[in-house]
Amino acid sequence: MRRRHVATALLVLAVIALFAVPLLIDGGADYAGSDSEATALIQESDPGYHPWFSSVFTPSSKEVESGLFALQAALGGGVLGYALGRLKGRRTAERSRPERERLGVDAADPGPTSAGDEDP
Amino acid sequence: MHIAEGFLPPAHALGWTIAAAPFVVHGARAVTREVRENPESTLLLGAAGAFTFVLSAIKLPSVTGSSSHPTGTGVGAVLFRPPVMALLGTVVLLFQALLLAHGGITTLGANAFSMAIVGPWAGYGAYRLTRRCGGGLLGGVFAGMAVADLATYVTTSLQLALAFPDAQSGYLGAAVKFLGVFAITQVPLAIGEGLLGVLLFRVLTVNARPELERLGVLAPEPVAGAGSGAPSPASGTDGGEEDRG
Repeated sequence: MRRRHVATALLVLAVIALFAVPLLIDGGADYAGSDSEATALIQESDPGYHPWFSSVFTPSSKEVESGLFALQAALGGGVLGYALGRLKGRRTAERSRPERERLGVDAADPGPTSAGDEDP
Repeated sequence: MHIAEGFLPPAHALGWTIAAAPFVVHGARAVTREVRENPESTLLLGAAGAFTFVLSAIKLPSVTGSSSHPTGTGVGAVLFRPPVMALLGTVVLLFQALLLAHGGITTLGANAFSMAIVGPWAGYGAYRLTRRCGGGLLGGVFAGMAVADLATYVTTSLQLALAFPDAQSGYLGAAVKFLGVFAITQVPLAIGEGLLGVLLFRVLTVNARPELERLGVLAPEPVAGAGSGAPSPASGTDGGEEDRG
């Protein structure tokens, strides 16, 4: 069990390092989004091209935009946490069931039939 | 990998939409069938969709000095096969096109084709191949997640090259140019996404073993499951199995 925790910690650290290291190596870069870099590349290579349609809704400021991104992440994280929590709770309940059944037998109770079958 | 709104010529926009539509419709059918026939997998299906939702919202810095976001489509592709992700990925893209001005309605087809179709299929292929070569579940998940991520961005680069060939070097030169923006930036992100997938599946193999067995991701436990077919003494031996992850 302990080895498992160490492995988990190492995996988490590796993920963090993977994204922290670029920031530490060259703090000078502006880390623009690759999507907008591609857009700039299009306009540079084909200056005559004009987008023929514009977004139906554009967040009015950077702050609103990052807020909406945070909302997306929160929705996803919330649902993911809910699902994993339910699964974990189910397993905990399953694991404690056999113990309770065994206790029931010890107390000279007729007990659930499945536990009775299990003993001999 | 979001091609911005209006940044594909109308013919290309239409072409990719027509190409993506049947996959998305088929994916919608796959999702409804899965939910109807196996209501118990709804929770896991929600988890797979939520994983894509979170990951595609987060922009991460990369060694190239620009930032990009992972796709998270590999989890659903490994668990439920790729068609399911055609729908879930498109839902994410639609959310971002409508509310975040990221991607767009005219480029939804092209973006869905790269993120919701090519990515999941490529990732699923890498997952199957790794497992066949003896890579194990977690090795397969890592490969599947990373390849799904990277293949998405390679597809976007090729889509853009097709629409905007370079004046001198043609399609090939344009492809190299766009791959330079997208694919190289994406390599560390793909590795990170692979590691996140491994973390998630380490949790799932312990807590969602019945589902994973039913979906064919994990082989049924040979120790307890075989033989007598007794009700559930299996849960006692489970503890020892955890370390295998």
